[in-house]
Amino acid sequence: MTRDRVAKLSLYAILVAGLLVVVGPFLWMLLSSFKTEAEIRSVPPTWWPSTWSLGNYRDLFDRLDFPQYFANSAIVAVLVTLGNLLFCSLLGYALAKLDFPGRKALFLVVLGMLMVPGMVTFVPQFVLVSNMGLANSYAGLVLPFLAGPFGVFLMRQFLLAVPDDLIEAARVDGAGEWRIFWRVVLPLCKPALATLGILTFLSSWNNFLWPLVVATTDDKYTLPVALALYAIGQNRIYYGLLLAGAVVVVLPVLIVFLALQRHFMRGIATTGLK
Amino acid sequence: MTAVLTRPAEAGRVAPAGKRRRKWVGWSFAAPFTVLFLVFALLPVIASLVMSVTDMRATDLRTPLSVNFVGLDNYTRLFSDDLFVRSAINTLVFVGLGVPLTIVAAMAAANGLNSGLIRFRALFRVGFYLPVVTSIVAIAVIWRFLLDPEAGLVNNLLAQVGITGPNWLGDTSTSLGSIIVMAAWRNFGSLMVIFLAALQGIPTDLYEAARLDGAGRWQQFRRITLPLMRPALLFGAVITGIGYLQLFEEPLVMTQGGPLSSTLSVSYHIYNQFGFGNYGYAAAASYVLFVAVVALSVLQFRLLGSRDD
Repeated sequence: MTRDRVAKLSLYAILVAGLLVVVGPFLWMLLSSFKTEAEIRSVPPTWWPSTWSLGNYRDLFDRLDFPQYFANSAIVAVLVTLGNLLFCSLLGYALAKLDFPGRKALFLVVLGMLMVPGMVTFVPQFVLVSNMGLANSYAGLVLPFLAGPFGVFLMRQFLLAVPDDLIEAARVDGAGEWRIFWRVVLPLCKPALATLGILTFLSSWNNFLWPLVVATTDDKYTLPVALALYAIGQNRIYYGLLLAGAVVVVLPVLIVFLALQRHFMRGIATTGLK
Repeated sequence: MTAVLTRPAEAGRVAPAGKRRRKWVGWSFAAPFTVLFLVFALLPVIASLVMSVTDMRATDLRTPLSVNFVGLDNYTRLFSDDLFVRSAINTLVFVGLGVPLTIVAAMAAANGLNSGLIRFRALFRVGFYLPVVTSIVAIAVIWRFLLDPEAGLVNNLLAQVGITGPNWLGDTSTSLGSIIVMAAWRNFGSLMVIFLAALQGIPTDLYEAARLDGAGRWQQFRRITLPLMRPALLFGAVITGIGYLQLFEEPLVMTQGGPLSSTLSVSYHIYNQFGFGNYGYAAAASYVLFVAVVALSVLQFRLLGSRDD
């Protein structure tokens, strides 16, 4: 009995210590974003703010154009997510349930793309987007991410498990192929679409390198880009502003994640990708 | 009307006419993705390969046909480029130390959460997963504060037990190590979820039988958990390895590859070469990285068999 309790207590101790190491820095960031600039720079550092101030958050509006960056991040993430949901479920359905010439080759090529490092495509993509006249535009930020191989893989795997009878029954009833897709297949895909939607939204929200090179003026910066450029570009950096900015970047993600974490966990556990 | 007429044929064996029609229906579903994919993914992959056997530079962009074919020159030059060799060593060290560290942390967390006597399991899981979904820029902001040699939390905690902490990111002997720990901290949560799913697939009566035979916790872990987790562990090692081979954002936001190139990775080196306008050379380096990733992936398929279907 007592040995069990010792084991249980030590397990809790280890897990709580681990949680502190992982979540502690985030808590410190949140608390510090309410501190004054002087307190943030003080040695030794403090945990609890001696005076609570919203000044850092006001600075996000006064010194930077944060509502604009926030809107840009949201616009890009929503468009990329909608595009992937549509295009990946279309192709995923075709690959899983329809027979057409070149199907196998197409799947292999799309799957193979998962192995291609970002650096291989980075510059040709940039040259392409620039030559299309899309540098520093929403289209330039969105287009290269609209059709991701990961989504095709996810949707195809999900649809392979859907019984053919349902689709065959609709076909026998005389429904057209597109009608079957919208009315029968898509509603069945809701769980997979939820997983794909969340994962795509997050990776777009957190995307850094591409918007860093494509967005060249203030009005097209996404949140991470604006924050990073502020951190390296200014003569005098306000650390409080950086911390408040980091909170604003993390907060929407945290809310989405907490509300929908079940879909996340399933998506990651089944595909092994984030 | 046509649907009604063709129904008997379709209900039996698919008629040739229906089959042909179905062929084009398939492509009409596949076409939107395929067009985007061809233009924004496949074309760049091929363009990169072509660039890698030319002496193309940024100044050739307007007259791309004036570049010269140089064969494998770019590839052979790579291996006599000290900076590339340095970045390759850094990347291998990062993969070699980072992957085991990430796996051990993920295994510990998954086993802790799966031990059955834990309350607030969801809270722990969400907490451990939080860094995975956080923007690298926000993480950099936090970690640069944590690792600040004077005002940072880490060194002030060390000072309380009488240790003078180093300048973590500013010293060549600790910079790469700091990046490795940070990457493991950031990524172990996603492996933890995969491992948790695998752990939950192990039948509990195996453990009960082992307990009846007098096996302790450690023995149960070694004789049951580890062998049955082997596929998940291997899979986790390979996907983490593939990700870590492409190390880029961490040094970009934390150290800019410094000090003295001690955190320069292969991807970062490629990025710099592109920045200098050496397109052909950078493309060749990116294909070397590509080959390394493919080699790791092939290893995965060999070890695990195809996960497809």
